[in-house]
Amino acid sequence: MLRTLLIGTLLHAKHLSRSPFEIALALVIPLVQATLAVYLFRAGDEPHRLLEAAVGAGLMGIWSSVLTGSGGAIQRQRWHGTLEMIMLAPRHPVLMILPITAASAVTGTYSLLATLLWGRLIYRIPLDFRHPVAFLVAAVVCVVGLSMFGLLMASTFVLLRNANALANPLEYPIWLLSGMLVPIATLPSWTVPIAAVLPTTWGARALREATSGGPVWPSAGVCLAISAACLVLGALFLVSFERRARAAGTLALS
Amino acid sequence: MGSEYAIEAEGLRRVYRTRTGWLRPRREMVEAVRGVDLTVRRGELFGLLGPNGAGKTTTIKMLNTLLIPTSGTARINGFDVVRDTREVRRRIGYVFGGDRGLYDRLSGLDNLRYFAELYGVPARDQKRRIAELLELVGLTGREREPVDGYSRGMRQRLHIARGLLHRPEVLFLDEPSIGVDPVAARELRQTVAGLAASGTTVLLTTHYMAEADELCDRIAVIADGRIQALGTPAELRHRADGRRVVEIEAYGVPDTAVAALRDLPGVRETALEERGALQLLTVQSDAHVDVQGDVLRELAGIRLGRVNSREPTLEDAYVAIVNAS
Ligand SMILES: Nc1ncnc2c1ncn2[C@@H]1O[C@H](COP(=O)(O)OP(=O)(O)OP(=O)(O)O)[C@@H](O)[C@H]1O
Ligand SMILES: [Mg+2]
Repeated sequence: MLRTLLIGTLLHAKHLSRSPFEIALALVIPLVQATLAVYLFRAGDEPHRLLEAAVGAGLMGIWSSVLTGSGGAIQRQRWHGTLEMIMLAPRHPVLMILPITAASAVTGTYSLLATLLWGRLIYRIPLDFRHPVAFLVAAVVCVVGLSMFGLLMASTFVLLRNANALANPLEYPIWLLSGMLVPIATLPSWTVPIAAVLPTTWGARALREATSGGPVWPSAGVCLAISAACLVLGALFLVSFERRARAAGTLALS
Repeated sequence: MGSEYAIEAEGLRRVYRTRTGWLRPRREMVEAVRGVDLTVRRGELFGLLGPNGAGKTTTIKMLNTLLIPTSGTARINGFDVVRDTREVRRRIGYVFGGDRGLYDRLSGLDNLRYFAELYGVPARDQKRRIAELLELVGLTGREREPVDGYSRGMRQRLHIARGLLHRPEVLFLDEPSIGVDPVAARELRQTVAGLAASGTTVLLTTHYMAEADELCDRIAVIADGRIQALGTPAELRHRADGRRVVEIEAYGVPDTAVAALRDLPGVRETALEERGALQLLTVQSDAHVDVQGDVLRELAGIRLGRVNSREPTLEDAYVAIVNAS
């Protein structure tokens, strides 16, 4: 089972990384994000926050990649007729869909690293993490959280033929809500409960704590716990949505 | 397992509900399949023929678990397609014609690796099985190239290799020869015949009568979502017994002339087929009536090519069945 997930993730990552569109995106977006991070925070007169901002911006990259990954990839697979072929496999649907969202999270991690690299090269942001090892662990935790949350979303994409029209507008609110861009404290209070259940909130927090000091592990733990919940919920949804997609005939384009 | 039949379908129906328009959604219902009963023996090569939109693909997708029937039941090797989905999926392969259904940016080998893993081929057998299939479909040596660069025929062969990875007992082939050149199509027919000979049950749809005639043990002609005729190719051909066919090459036959031909005494069917600049007019008549003279008189003033009178073929029988529906 693990082998299936691993091979699936690898091949989907390979498939993604060969799209000229994705490559162009992957080169340009981190640069834009590093620039954003620098100018947003220079203007805010908080130069010590630079690295933190760069990390947040990188996380945005992962998030975009999971959104376009879980939504776009399922939609593209529907276009290319591969969705039917993978759903025909005699396995649990999680084994077919999770690799797609995981591959997106993995290629997205590249975006995080690239953002930091651009920040270092162009804007000379010093890469002095408070807890370097914890940072790496937190990055992995983030990838897990993003994959699982992506799975939860992907389940709806399996059912609905035009779900990506619904998902694209989610990109910016979730950046904000998860505190990737600005601290959650500056957001209106009604957003707090929403932010609290997003695994990305806790993942971003763990990364920030590893960058500028703080107890990394509690946040990472919460992120993993929410991820597990996403996995369970996503699995339940997938099973029921797959059946409904077969009843409605939405696995194929027409 | 219990059942002697590989495929059993009873009263299969499928309705598609579509919605068009966002602001003022209009709901429409299309009844694609309206009650199909079908049994296919194990190891049989069964053909499903019918005009575009007859419901062939819909029927196949209900049998291979991609669509849930609106009503009716179906079993594959005794397993219900709705209740025992996973058991059914373990036993079936699905191949459709055309360019879709493969990961274009991956190599042929990576495609096969991925699906072998997904379809549950044991890890230690994968390498051997993939090599075997590449050999079978003649892609050995090209497997490391990305599918992007494959020709239509190569893609189709990769599709077939993919469908066979997990040694399915029942294989669904939906227009596998579409867009494949004649030589490749013949190789494809040999492959399919070989599979059936080794015990695989095959359900095949095609628009090529000669292919169906050569390959199939039995054929069902489906039109308007219902089976209109079912039998061996020879039995279906008998439907055109006592008939005679006149074929006329012509240029610019008006519809009115075709309609007039249909009213001639003794004429049973007429069909007009475009072949480039040329039209091929086929007139079926009762064998004891010689209609050729009447037909040519009716076509006076139209430029004609060769005229030929012959025995009916499976295709003529098919045209008669579909026109009667
Ligand atoms: N997803 C869908 N939504 C709505 N209508 C559909 C859908 N799929 C098929 N149909 C309709 O159902 C009918 C049967 O289609 P089907 O694809 O089964 O025909 P077919 O016999 O395979 O035809 P062809 O020879 O062109 O492949 C057609 O009228 C088609 O327009
Ligand atoms: Mg079809």
